[in-house]
Amino acid sequence: MLAKRKSASQFNRAVADFAAAVELRPLWIRLGWNDILYRYRRSTLGPLWSTANTAIMVIALGLVYSQIFNMPIRQLLPYICAGLIVWGFISSIMLDAGTLFSGSESYIKQIRLPYSLHACRFVFSKLILLAHDFLIYIVVIVYFEAWPGAVALCAIPGFLLLTINALLISLTIGMASARFRDIPRLIASFIQVVFLITPIIWTPDLLGPRVYLAYANPLFHLIEVVRAPLLGSLPSVQTVTSTLAITATNLVVTIWFFVRFRGRIAYWI
Amino acid sequence: MISDGVSESVISLDRVSVSFPVYQGGSRSLKKRVLYHGSAGRIGRDASHKIIIEALREVSFSLSAGDRLALIGANGAGKTTLLRTIAGIYEPIEGSVVTRGRISPMFDISLGIDADLSGYDNIRLRALLLGLSPGEIEQYLPDIAQFTELDEYLDMPVRTYSSGMILRLGFAVATCFQPEILLMDEWILAGDAHFMGRAEARVRSFIERASVMVLASHNLPLCSRWCTMGVWLDQGRVKEVGPVDKVIKQYTTSVAQGGSR
Repeated sequence: MLAKRKSASQFNRAVADFAAAVELRPLWIRLGWNDILYRYRRSTLGPLWSTANTAIMVIALGLVYSQIFNMPIRQLLPYICAGLIVWGFISSIMLDAGTLFSGSESYIKQIRLPYSLHACRFVFSKLILLAHDFLIYIVVIVYFEAWPGAVALCAIPGFLLLTINALLISLTIGMASARFRDIPRLIASFIQVVFLITPIIWTPDLLGPRVYLAYANPLFHLIEVVRAPLLGSLPSVQTVTSTLAITATNLVVTIWFFVRFRGRIAYWI
Repeated sequence: MISDGVSESVISLDRVSVSFPVYQGGSRSLKKRVLYHGSAGRIGRDASHKIIIEALREVSFSLSAGDRLALIGANGAGKTTLLRTIAGIYEPIEGSVVTRGRISPMFDISLGIDADLSGYDNIRLRALLLGLSPGEIEQYLPDIAQFTELDEYLDMPVRTYSSGMILRLGFAVATCFQPEILLMDEWILAGDAHFMGRAEARVRSFIERASVMVLASHNLPLCSRWCTMGVWLDQGRVKEVGPVDKVIKQYTTSVAQGGSR
């Protein structure tokens, strides 16, 4: 009975945590901006360095892989470009979420802030970095005159779903890494494999009859739901339903984790 | 005075216990944990190595409007942990903490200080951290700027400040909006005599407006000057609670007799 009441109050506290983070929008927007400004202050190009890095990768991979796959470059390069930009967002979330709470130790131990605020700040600054990378996409479609048309607007709801997933997974990874310090290293070692087995620099139809290897990959759907509209086609029904299912699963798992362990974060770091 | 009625209390702690898990070596590693369980405990024996430190044990007291509490005790007695528990940073394993009103914690002067931003920008950032809205901040800004007495320094990056100047900035922001509950750790003693005088006047002025202050310090004269109540903590337990001078007297007698055993 007592335990039941306790878990109910934990649930209410978790909900209050989210509500407070929404309330504190000006704070995490400011902190997220400061993270970006910090990079600009250190070098004039700031985050554009990583954009330049992505651009080189897009061009090099586009040139080489269009030869390997014997595909026209004007078809493959925009595909690789859109895929790499979305992948860059996803992978940087997965790689850096490990320090979400352990890196904010000075805040967490000094003042009571909602824990989800740190996730909001983190994802917000990653979104700004993504906006930098998006410049490459614009240059590419202008250069290849590959206008996607009004369908491109369908990328927006897909992108919102992706952002929600980013927020949720960064909370889970952040909490788990606060407790187990080797998790960021584990993620770093498997992210390279994930990059290669996910259709980013290659298209799923190259798998032939084994195309299920791509469709069974949740990251394929999360990328495709944004990438397809950017390239002028609607995402398949399968991709949309998969993305919704992934989001629902992510939501349930993260809320369970957050309700259960939120109060322990301060003790772990 | 310490009141019995919970209804009017601003801070009320009821049998609060806080204990820390101290993770060492392998207990921080997921790989070792998995190996340990997978091998039925044959590999990675240190994966379950965990020490629990009881930082606070059954701490109970309550404070009502106008109370100023000094936390005294040896290093490691649990003063800072108690402050953080009141601030809501550590959620207690057992017992309950009930607070009423906006809490302004001052534990670390450098929190939220971005050394590359100007003094004004740092004031804004810190005020946001304390839960003020951007509108309120602009309203309080002249008052804060005036209290810091930093004048033209406020336009310069905080990198150029001394720690005493950062302290002034932090204190001015933390006390600008008359917090209902002010929590202070001992770093407040870092200020110069002139600043300490002004800080004391400021603390007094908002105590009059029915606020509560909790100060953890080793500086006993300061405790007796600033505070009305005292709590003597010893190894996480409340050893004595009462009027500040009485508690300080008992504490000093005990220390003079060679330890608090």
